[in-house]
Amino acid sequence: MYRIRFHGRGGQGMKTASRILGTAFFNEGFEVQDAPRYGAERRGAPIFAYVRAARRAIYERGVIRHPDLVIVADETLVAMPAAAVLQGVDAHCVVLIHSREPAPVWQHRLNLAGPVVILPLAEEREDRLALRQIGTACAAAAARLVGVVAWTALEQALRDELAALGDALVEANLGPARRVYDFLSPQQGCVAPGPVVAAEGYVRPDWVELAFEDARVSAPAIHAALTSEQVQTGQWRTLRPVIDCARCKGCWWVCSTFCPDGAIQVDESGRPRIDYAHCKGCMVCAAQCPHHAIEAIPEQDAPPAEDERGAK
Amino acid sequence: MTRMLLTGNGAAAWGARLAGIEYLPAFPITPQTEIIETIAKWIDFGELDCRMTTLDSEHSMITAAGGAAVTGVRVFTATSSQGLLYAMEMLYTTAGWRAPFVLVNVSRGLASPITLEPDHNDILAARDSGFLQLHCATCQEVLDGILLAYRMAEDGRVRLPVIVNLDGFYLSFTREPVEVPAAAAVARFLPPFDAQNLGFRAGAPLSEAVAVLGGSPYSYFRYQHHLAALNAEAVFEESAVAFARCFGRSYQAVEAYRCDDAELVFVMLGSFATKAKAAVDCLREAGQAVGLLRPLLLRPFPAAALRRALAGKQGVAVIDQNLSPGKGGVLYTELASALYGQADSNPMLVSFIGGLGGRDISAEEFYEMAAVTRRAAAEGQAPEPRLLYAEAELCEIKKWQAIAQVQRAKEGQP
Repeated sequence: MYRIRFHGRGGQGMKTASRILGTAFFNEGFEVQDAPRYGAERRGAPIFAYVRAARRAIYERGVIRHPDLVIVADETLVAMPAAAVLQGVDAHCVVLIHSREPAPVWQHRLNLAGPVVILPLAEEREDRLALRQIGTACAAAAARLVGVVAWTALEQALRDELAALGDALVEANLGPARRVYDFLSPQQGCVAPGPVVAAEGYVRPDWVELAFEDARVSAPAIHAALTSEQVQTGQWRTLRPVIDCARCKGCWWVCSTFCPDGAIQVDESGRPRIDYAHCKGCMVCAAQCPHHAIEAIPEQDAPPAEDERGAK
Repeated sequence: MTRMLLTGNGAAAWGARLAGIEYLPAFPITPQTEIIETIAKWIDFGELDCRMTTLDSEHSMITAAGGAAVTGVRVFTATSSQGLLYAMEMLYTTAGWRAPFVLVNVSRGLASPITLEPDHNDILAARDSGFLQLHCATCQEVLDGILLAYRMAEDGRVRLPVIVNLDGFYLSFTREPVEVPAAAAVARFLPPFDAQNLGFRAGAPLSEAVAVLGGSPYSYFRYQHHLAALNAEAVFEESAVAFARCFGRSYQAVEAYRCDDAELVFVMLGSFATKAKAAVDCLREAGQAVGLLRPLLLRPFPAAALRRALAGKQGVAVIDQNLSPGKGGVLYTELASALYGQADSNPMLVSFIGGLGGRDISAEEFYEMAAVTRRAAAEGQAPEPRLLYAEAELCEIKKWQAIAQVQRAKEGQP
């Protein structure tokens, strides 16, 4: 059985990637299971999706513990513990990272025993538009690396899964998908289906006896105010709103009023300031600013924000 | 017939569509909402002739469902978790009306603490409501289960509402290959609703809910309800035979996997049971005679089928994805009551609680449950019920508690 995990941020198309790959496997006659894993509020937050494919009925379910291939669409997730990108990665597992840095750097940095494949991140600012197709590119990469999905099966899957979004979008995605599929042809088939965990000589689970604890400790209460401030939702941001002070007219603070997260405050001098530790990069402020004084900068091109408190 | 990839929610919507539902009262809740969204789109595009009404709550939604069903139309609705609990009063009430309709529940753990991920305490809270219950393990079963559910619900020997249950995430958002039968074939299996004497009309007032004083008439109505529910097992078996003839897929009230020659048997509900199948295959490979029994029908409870299948077995690991605080696993209790006092020598029952709030159950844990059960059978002594909870999980909680303690100290709280 092939077990493949896609890691990205909400909005980068990881669910779509898993569906394209799932359908492509299905088109090749495989039994398939694909699923995203997300919570209540996810745009920009780390999410993952996974695909299982086999020649017989699939009985495994849920999160993949021992992946054969891990695809990382956004390299900034690797350092984020909550993203758990490397969970279960061993010498057998291939890791594909969408990055500017070469494979040996990642291999060394993450102390990986298995192969690392790089999907190069576009250098040019204009090419960043290609990020919109990162989901389909990741699906194409996975299809090539497993080596059992022909381009025709992948193309049909891509057309089927994106059909509802219109012909123009399908065509816009086919090109990048094909380029990635061709680019990775030297690595075709480097991912091998992994074994099942054998029932002989298995590692016994270290179950514990859960002892009683006083309700002052064991009730699911939150004992302090404003604890949500501790959650650095600024890490979810892929685009950063930056205020151009020269253009800001200090209006009646449209941006701070419209900010759905209360992440824009007006300081003593009457100027808006963005709390980058909590701004999720929704860009509502940029859309609302009457004087177009808020610019959207891709997070990877922006310098570390001063009040991110070590988030980046 | 088309074989396509569908989520559990997609399969539920297809089941409703193929059943030719005529009325859909709706209220959203994660992880169910996709079902009504999908059907709403079909209604919008003119692909399904159905009246959909959005209600102010699940309580009103079930009231509307029951009210519409007793006018003689085919009704479908869906909810999950807190929504099912909010509707609880009307579950008992509409079941008491003997209103036949199908409710899909997408299982999700209950507050508090709140979660989005699945366990079965929501659906088991409705265990005694008088609804029949089907617990699905695959997306295919969700679609097929809805068709079977209408056959049971509308049968004159039953006439009761049915809940078709599927697990959130593990089925609701998971795509699998699903055979979607042709509408014409479904129409042969499930003809239009024959409403018999159901004909509630605004112009011809009648009461579906007589008030009775005194326990005697009350006992009569309640016990009739019980007898109708018991009838549903035979109706299910008949319907399953017809279903297999029409579609080539056969269902039993209790699914048995590699059980015939098994010494040890896992017993569990829902989609996690397919994980048990994978474990059974590996245990068999290692030379261990282990099987799986999975009640698809939980109400009526297929006690006789379970007794038959477990006769002569050495040990049974009952894995409950639910917890009745102060008692333990609900399925364990139900199975014990079905086996106790029988002439046959009974197998050793061992109780495990696992998968609460969607907590995964690993292959190794299935192997270990088999080992624990084998030991218990050999020693003739069942161990205390076991929560599947590992050292590393407790460490994580201890870490959070330490942070909370520091925070409390900082705020000057005790």
